[in-house]
Amino acid sequence: MSQFAINLLFVGGSFALYIAIAIWARAGSTKEFYVAGGGVHPVMNGMATAADWMSAASFISMAGLISVGGYANSTYLMGWTGGYVLLAMLLAPYLRKFGKFTVPDFIGDRFYSSGARLVAVACLIIASVTYVIGQMTGAGVAFSRFLEVSSDAGLIIAAVIVFMYAVLGGMKGITYTQVAQYVVLIVAYTIPAVFISLQLTDTFLPPVGLFSDHVQSGVPLLQKLDEVVRELGFVDYTADVDNKLNMVLFTLSLMIGTAGLPHVIIRFFTVPKVADARWSAGWALVFIAILYLTAPAVASMARLNLMTTIFPDGPTADAIKYEDRPDWIKNWEKTGLIKHDDLNGDGRIQLYNHTPAFEATATERGWKGNELTVNNDILVLANPEIANLPGWVVGLIAAGGLAAALSTAAGLLLAISSAISHDLIKGSINPHITEKQELLYARISMGVAIVVATWLGMNPPGFAAQTVALAFGIAAASIFPALMMGIFSKRVNSKGAILGMLSGLVFTCVYIFLYLGWFFIPGTASFENVPENWIFGISPLSIGAVGAAINFLVAFGVSAVTEQPPKAIQDLVESVRFPRGAGIAVDH
Amino acid sequence: MTVHDKNAEAYWKANLRLIIGSLIIWALVSYGFGIIFRPLLAGIAVGGTDLGFWFAQQGSIITFIILIFFYAWKMNKLDKQYGLDEE
Repeated sequence: MSQFAINLLFVGGSFALYIAIAIWARAGSTKEFYVAGGGVHPVMNGMATAADWMSAASFISMAGLISVGGYANSTYLMGWTGGYVLLAMLLAPYLRKFGKFTVPDFIGDRFYSSGARLVAVACLIIASVTYVIGQMTGAGVAFSRFLEVSSDAGLIIAAVIVFMYAVLGGMKGITYTQVAQYVVLIVAYTIPAVFISLQLTDTFLPPVGLFSDHVQSGVPLLQKLDEVVRELGFVDYTADVDNKLNMVLFTLSLMIGTAGLPHVIIRFFTVPKVADARWSAGWALVFIAILYLTAPAVASMARLNLMTTIFPDGPTADAIKYEDRPDWIKNWEKTGLIKHDDLNGDGRIQLYNHTPAFEATATERGWKGNELTVNNDILVLANPEIANLPGWVVGLIAAGGLAAALSTAAGLLLAISSAISHDLIKGSINPHITEKQELLYARISMGVAIVVATWLGMNPPGFAAQTVALAFGIAAASIFPALMMGIFSKRVNSKGAILGMLSGLVFTCVYIFLYLGWFFIPGTASFENVPENWIFGISPLSIGAVGAAINFLVAFGVSAVTEQPPKAIQDLVESVRFPRGAGIAVDH
Repeated sequence: MTVHDKNAEAYWKANLRLIIGSLIIWALVSYGFGIIFRPLLAGIAVGGTDLGFWFAQQGSIITFIILIFFYAWKMNKLDKQYGLDEE
């Protein structure tokens, strides 16, 4: 069977499964559509949350980032997991007790203001739409590579599949589909990692292999990797970072942003009890950690594998001849994601870090510049080929990458549609619509959101990476502080909350736009985005944490000099703090 | 529902103490051991590198899981102890 047929079998088979689940779990009521009827078991909800959370970025890009950055990019590992501690202790149980369907529901009620509700709806939609574009693009690329269609055609296939099970099933369909998608993506991620760990360290578990001895050289794997990259002019893989302030703020922004992303928060409205919301956050992190503990092992092992492929006799000997390169390099060259340019014309592939400090060594060895460019994103996808694993593992990786992108896209689309139909139409424009009409509006807005996301995916404004920074920045600077203050302070009033959210939002957006272009229009950046220009060395990616601090300060400051919230609101805050009396999530 | 008695107040204080304690550990393993204090822990070798690297790429994630399950277990116990659970 050809590789194409195998891919088709795995991808087609997994999709047939998702659609079958969606038909079986059709939503009949708004409760089923928004919160899956409130009856999802905490372990199952944890698994669905994990699939919801782990996107194309986690599955495809993260290991590549760590592989290139080494220790410095540990920020992604800590940042994208530490947010669940905040969720479990500061948000999930209380929002579950509050017992409504959406995030703007809580902000609107707690701050007794439709203005606050609208600001929350706006933040939610901007954060979710920017995030969903990346997922659709990722799914389109994965389809085009593995199914050998154009990337636009891939995108349309992805949109149709998501439309079918998200619109039909709502949260109920999405939840059960995400459980299946989690299983597919985690199996796809871990199998190649286990084989590579066995090959390099003779250890079955990749996270153990990361800190074990390298079989071929007998020294610890990370020490071996440091030695190899140092010989080629790269910074040590485990080297410490000078700008600790930026590293701390970036990690903090990712953590707060994770806890403030609406599509993750609404998952905790689906469990039956407050106690279950607490357990569910723990289970979600367990299922996420299986991938996040495997990723750093994949990152270091793939980097070492790449280096030893190019320098089979060690980094001080000659590099491999271009004509002797392995098949996986040939395969990926066709996609343009690996490029070789024989600068010194010796017929070999020199891969090294061409810096002034390394100039002397390079000249001595007759090198005229780095000759191999490897796109970070291929690392996980190429892993099975690098380790010479059979064709079915490649098919599995294709299905896994698509599961990661589509499960996140579906969760985001649900968050967007509930914000429009429930918060905007029912909450602000026409409160008298029937449940049936609301459900219809929810499905229509989801359909529109898919069309918009697909169109933006086909015509990307050229800022995929930056928009993710914006999504996390907005979630961190606006949504998370408003929710936390709503629960932990009885004193913060509507004026404080609205001004806090707006100042956090504006500050964060302006700082990002200054360096990445106003509204991301190319060429409009006020300053070049280099560390020398950053204020206090804080990168635009790390600014969400500062925006959150500003939100807190403004909200407390304004509330202190204005009136107390009404008695009924203080009682509402009291009631969300105590689990007694929690029913299943209800409508108004 | 308005709960204004001493019992509820004690429950909320116990919850806050638990959260603050947990978040101190949360910050210590990630921002502390994993980032800021890494140079101080450089002498402790772990599989070809140092303890700070381990905390940044593995230790903090494992600690986060333990923290959430500990919090859930402890809070669900406190709910019952103060008679504020859902049953």
